[in-house]
Amino acid sequence: MPYESVLNRRGFLGLAAAGATAAVLPGCAGETASSTGGQPRSGGRLRAAFAGGGAAEVLDPHKTSLYVEIARAKALFDKLADYGSDMTPQPRLAERWEPSADLRTWRITLRQATFHDGRPVRARDVLASFARIVEPGSTFRAKSSLAVIDLANSRAIDDRTVEFRLKRPYAEFPNALATIGTAIIPEGTTNFDRPIGSGPFKFSSFAPGRSFVATRNPDYWDGTPYLDELEIVVTNDEAARVNALLGRQVEYAHDLTPTSARTHEQSGQLQVHRLPLSNFQGLAMKVDRPPFNRPELRQALFHLVDRDELVRSVFQGSGQLCNDLYGKGYRYYAGSLPQRNQDLDRARALVKQAGAEGMTIDFDTSEASTGLKEAALAISDQARKIGLNLNVKLGTKDTYWADIAKNGVLASYRSGGMPLESHISQRLLTTSTTNNTKWQRPGFDALYYQAQSTTDEARRAELYLQIQQQLFDEGGFLWWGVSDWIVASASNVNGISAQAPANTLDWARYDKVWLA
Amino acid sequence: MTLPSYVARRTLLGVIQVPLVMCGVFFLAEALPGDAAVTIAGDNPDPAIIAVLRERLGLNEPAWHRLGDWLAAALHGDFGQSLVGPRSVVDIIASAAGPTLLLAGLTLVLLIPLSVGLGVLAANREGSRLDRLITSTTLGLYSAPEFAMGLLIVTVFAVQLRWLPPTAVGTSLLSNPAVLVIPVFVLLLRPICSLSRLIRAGMIDAQRSEYVRHVRRIGLSPTRVRFAHALPNAVTPAIQQLARTIDWLVGGVIVIEAIFVVPGLGTTLVQAVAARDLPVIQGLAVVFATTTVLVNLAADVAARVLSPTAEAGR
Repeated sequence: MPYESVLNRRGFLGLAAAGATAAVLPGCAGETASSTGGQPRSGGRLRAAFAGGGAAEVLDPHKTSLYVEIARAKALFDKLADYGSDMTPQPRLAERWEPSADLRTWRITLRQATFHDGRPVRARDVLASFARIVEPGSTFRAKSSLAVIDLANSRAIDDRTVEFRLKRPYAEFPNALATIGTAIIPEGTTNFDRPIGSGPFKFSSFAPGRSFVATRNPDYWDGTPYLDELEIVVTNDEAARVNALLGRQVEYAHDLTPTSARTHEQSGQLQVHRLPLSNFQGLAMKVDRPPFNRPELRQALFHLVDRDELVRSVFQGSGQLCNDLYGKGYRYYAGSLPQRNQDLDRARALVKQAGAEGMTIDFDTSEASTGLKEAALAISDQARKIGLNLNVKLGTKDTYWADIAKNGVLASYRSGGMPLESHISQRLLTTSTTNNTKWQRPGFDALYYQAQSTTDEARRAELYLQIQQQLFDEGGFLWWGVSDWIVASASNVNGISAQAPANTLDWARYDKVWLA
Repeated sequence: MTLPSYVARRTLLGVIQVPLVMCGVFFLAEALPGDAAVTIAGDNPDPAIIAVLRERLGLNEPAWHRLGDWLAAALHGDFGQSLVGPRSVVDIIASAAGPTLLLAGLTLVLLIPLSVGLGVLAANREGSRLDRLITSTTLGLYSAPEFAMGLLIVTVFAVQLRWLPPTAVGTSLLSNPAVLVIPVFVLLLRPICSLSRLIRAGMIDAQRSEYVRHVRRIGLSPTRVRFAHALPNAVTPAIQQLARTIDWLVGGVIVIEAIFVVPGLGTTLVQAVAARDLPVIQGLAVVFATTTVLVNLAADVAARVLSPTAEAGR
C-alpha cells in the first residue's frame, strides 16, 4: 500500500502518543464550568444577545468573521479540531490525528458523526470543505491557514479516514484544523439558506441582523445538548444588551464593558463571567522604516510603558499585564522571561542612543476596538516623560486594520486568542500575509520552520523560547496587556465556562449550557 | 398660481432633486476612506484577499462609471445587490422599512391630536397656571435629548419596575405590541413640545387677528370660532414643523432604534455606511429624498388649503 511506503511506523507511534494526550484534555476543559447549580437538567430556551453585522450577516460557516457568526457556526457545525483554553488543539470531528515521521503526511480518523439530514460525516466531506476554502479566487479567511495542504495529493482512504499531504513539515498542523472558518460542510453544499451541519443544534430560522433560532440535535456525537432551543439575537448597543438581560428578554449577553459588569455584578441581578486571556492589546512598530528601524527606540518603548497603569485605566481591572510577548498563558509561552516594568531612566538613555530625543512620531489609533484609543492616549502621556512626542492620530475605525497594514510607523494593535504558532506564521514570517510590524528575518523564519519540522516536543519548546527571546529583545510588537472577555448571564444559567478565552472551544458553547 | 399648477411645478422640482441627492450621496460616500472590500476583509486583512474582492465587486471601475451604471439600472427599477451580503437592496430596505414605518405611524397618530389639544388648551388659558405648567414642561422636555430620556425611562419603567419590556430584541413589533410603548413615548416627547408650542402661539395670534375678530363680531359661537376659524390658521406654521417631524421619523431615528433594538431604516443606514455598502446607501438615499420631497409638498399644499389668508398674503 502506498500509505505504508510514505509513513514510518515508529514516527506514527511516537506522535500518536502526543495526540492521545491532547485527546484527554477536552474532557477536563468541559468540567471546568464555572457556574454550578446542581444536576444539569434538560429543557428550555436560551436567548443570547450579541453585537452583529446587520443585513450583511450570513450563515456560511466559512465566511464567519464576527463573534455572532462564529457562535452561530459553532451551534450548527463542527470543525475537525478546536482550541482548548491554553490554545492547544482539541480533537472534535477528528477523533485522532497521526503524522508521518517527516510531519508532511497526516492521517485523520473521523468520529462517527452524522449531519442533520442523517448523512454520515465522511472523509469526502472534509476534503470538499477544505477545497472550497482554498480554491483559487476564494476570499475565505481560513484560506491562508489551510494553504499548507497539498489537496491534489490528499485523499480519502475510507469513509472515516483522510490523509492530508502537506507542502512542508508542520508539526502543529492540528492548529490549522482548529482555525476559525474551517467547519466541515456536506460535500456539494452551495446554499446556506437552511444550513445542514453536524453541530449540536439544528437550523430552524434566521433573519440577518435580527435573530437566529436552532433546536437541539438529539443525535449529537458529543452528547445531546441540554437546551431545547437556542436563539441568538442581535443588538449592537451594549446598554441595550444589558437592559435586555436585566429585563429578562435574554438570558445571556455577550461583550460587556468592565463598567457595566461591575455595576450589575454588585447588584446581584446577574452573573458576570470574565473569560481570561481573550483580547491582547499592544503596539505595532514597523521595524523596516525610520524611526523604529533602530532597535534602541523599540527597546525604549519597552521600558517606557507603564503596564500596570494601562491595565488599571484601560481594562479597568478586567485583565492582566503582559510581558510584551504574545500569548500569555498559552502553550509554549515563554513565561520564564523576567517581567519588564517601567524604567524611565533606561528608556531615556535608549532614546538618546537611538538619536530620537525630542522626536515627534505619529501614533495611529482608532476606535475599531474598545480601549485602543484610551491606551494610545495614556502611552503618549507616558512618552512625554522621556522626551518623546507620540502624536496620536485617530483613524477611521471601519478601515483601520487595512490602513495600518500599509502605512504609518506606530499603531495601536489588538489580537484575539490563537496559538503562538499561528501568531508567528500569520504575522512574523517573511511570507506572512498580515506582517504588520514588517518583521522579516530569514534567521527567525528558519527557527519557526525548525520548530515545525521536529517531532521532539522538548526541542520545539526550546526553539519557541529562542523565537520569543528575539521578539522580547527587539521585536516590533509590544503586547502590554490582555483583557478578559466579559459575558453576563441570568442567574438560572449554568454550565458557562469561566476559563475559556473568547473563540476557544468552551466559549459560546451552548450545548453544555443548561437552565435551572 | 392655481393649486394644480403649483403641485405640478413642485413635483417636477422633486423629480430633479432626487437624482441630484443620489449623485451627492454617491460622491460623499466615495469620499469616505476605504471601500466594501476592506470592510469585508475585516480585522488583520490579507491584502491579496482585498484585491480579489475589489475585482469581484467591480470596485476598480472609475467612480463615475459605477454611478452611471447604478443610475441607469435604478431608472429601470433595479436597485442592485448589496456588496457585502447576498441580499438585494430592495429586500434589505423593505424589511427595514416595516419597523420604522410602524413606529413613525403610531407616533404620528398620537402626536397630532395630543399636540393640537395641548396647544389649544394652553392658548385658551393664556397666562393661567395651566398654561405656565404646559409651557414649562414642554420647554423642559424639549431640551432633553431622546437618548437620555430613552435610557432613563427604560431604567425606571422596564428594568426597575418591570412594567414594560426594555427592548424589542428578538420579537416582531406587531406580535408583542408592549415593546412599542416606551419607544413611541420617547419619540413623542420632543415633537409634542415643539408642535404644541407652535399651535399655542398660532392660536393666540389667530384669536387676536382681524379675521377672527370679524367672525366673532358676526355672532358665531366661541367654540365654532375657535375650531373652525382660528385653529386652521393657527396650525399653518405647525404643519411645516409636522413635515419636518415626519421626515425625521421616516429617516429612522437612529438613537431610538439602537436603544430599543429596532432593526429599522436608521440602523440599516448606519450599517451600510460602516460597511461602505454603496448600493444600499444609494437605495436608502432614494427613499429618504423621496420622502422629504413628498412630505414637504404635502405640507405646503395643506397649508395653502387650510389657511386662505396665508395664500392671499403671497
